[in-house]
Amino acid sequence: MSRNGPAALLFHALFIAFILAPIVIVCAVAFTSKGYLSLPTDGLSLRWFRAIATNQDFVSAFWASLWLGTLSATIAVALSVPSALAIARYRFPGREAIATLFQAPLMIPPAVLGIAFLRFFTQTGISGTFIGLVLSHVIIIMPYALRLVLSASTGIDPQIENAAVSLGASWLSTFRRVTLPMIVPGVVSGWVLAFITSFDEVTMTVFIASPRTTTLPVRLFLYIQDNIDPLVAAVSAGLIGLTVVAMILLDRLYGLDRLLVGRGNN
Amino acid sequence: MTVAATTGGIAARRERLRWTPYLLSGPAVVVLAALLIVPLIATALLSLHSFALYKGIEDVYNLKNYADIFSDPYFYGIYARTFRIALLVTFFSIVLGAPEAYILNRMGRPWRNIFLLVVLGPLFISIVSRTLGWALLFGSTGLINQGLMALGLIEQPLQFMYSETGVVVALTHVLVPFMVISVWASLQRLDPQVENAALSLGASPLTILRRIILPQVMPGVLSGAIIVFALAASAFATPAIIGGRRLQVAATLAYDEFLNTLNWPLGAAIAVLLLVANVAIIVGCNRLVERRYAQVFE
Repeated sequence: MSRNGPAALLFHALFIAFILAPIVIVCAVAFTSKGYLSLPTDGLSLRWFRAIATNQDFVSAFWASLWLGTLSATIAVALSVPSALAIARYRFPGREAIATLFQAPLMIPPAVLGIAFLRFFTQTGISGTFIGLVLSHVIIIMPYALRLVLSASTGIDPQIENAAVSLGASWLSTFRRVTLPMIVPGVVSGWVLAFITSFDEVTMTVFIASPRTTTLPVRLFLYIQDNIDPLVAAVSAGLIGLTVVAMILLDRLYGLDRLLVGRGNN
Repeated sequence: MTVAATTGGIAARRERLRWTPYLLSGPAVVVLAALLIVPLIATALLSLHSFALYKGIEDVYNLKNYADIFSDPYFYGIYARTFRIALLVTFFSIVLGAPEAYILNRMGRPWRNIFLLVVLGPLFISIVSRTLGWALLFGSTGLINQGLMALGLIEQPLQFMYSETGVVVALTHVLVPFMVISVWASLQRLDPQVENAALSLGASPLTILRRIILPQVMPGVLSGAIIVFALAASAFATPAIIGGRRLQVAATLAYDEFLNTLNWPLGAAIAVLLLVANVAIIVGCNRLVERRYAQVFE
């Protein structure tokens, strides 16, 4: 393999600086000790992180996001597991159409989904409720959950299940004791990816969130539209920290390169 | 157990197996039909209604909203801006993302994985946080302008906040990882032996890049471009934060019509046009890429 020349390495360094600059600046400003936006030139301070705790809007939005992500990721995975098994294990008329339908939410701009849900929820009377948020999040995160469960299910040998059945195991114990243990890594990482996607979603949610039930990214977005202060930098730095934790988790469970690029690199 | 009973049992089991995939995927299909297809059809119908300031949504069907969008320079100006921004973001994503994927691919073992993580990791960080970073760099701290002036590249501070330039820079940052993923995936399919063969036959590195690598990577660049363009054209949070309320794009326009002006039928029409343009571009370009580069996909 040929090596990169100095010009290529310079390009690479500038590219990495471009990628990291906005993330680094958010984390830096979050540690300022001043009352206004500035870089922490005279020592680090946690005052803006403490300020988050006293801001009831952000605290309740954080808990709402946490519950929303947990509930909708769980429902999305529960719906994805049987669907993934159907697509991975069976050849049946309409299989292609169903597989396309499962990927459809990815093709639709989130703003369009937000409008469609807002109208639909207003007509069905669940506009501005937490149930509405959960249902809409299940729809947009299902393709992510399905993708990982599907890739875990396609790998298993159906002969193992047939062996269990021929030895007299019921379909339930076959699923619980043979199939499920084999797809657990896909299921867990599908759940984590679905949770992150739900936790980060802003464009669709901004349409259907109400002042009473709102998520952390939406609260942050609406706050930034009015004014930018070190408080939002601290909230964002917290979000970045949580994301790094989730990424490490996903890397251990599934391998981030496999998740992002679709195959292991060697 | 008699032979007849056994065959009957097998037939019943086969009959059950025929329905199993439908039963398994049934719940998800029902949920998607009820919560995705129905709301989208309802939105398309809503876009055909009229709207009056005091009477609200009127129960008549016509194409007035679409006629309004196509005849009002304010509206098609916004669509033109959305298209222009998406095109520029796609261009810069190709110019930055494709070489970076190539350089990453040529790196040694530990560095390659580390930098792949650094480049792709931000995809997991909330768009609001990433855009806030650009707002801080452009505006409040003015670090970008200070840096550019220190380097002697500019004399006067540039206007990034509330400008298309700023939106393009921030959106390129948000979307360029998708280009890197796409080009990286196509680089993984390359056979290094072909490159070595060209080298041994006396080809210069530039010739190899132009005649061997580029043609095989092109499908990756194009499918990356489709993804980046579609996401840039429908972007909301980044244009809203960097562009502000005056610099509207299609998605922020739909938001304003729905939540500020409360003209839902017009907002629905804007959304339907955005959706149709998006699907047309994705499906159309995918067809084109697949036909043009059929041999690369085996």
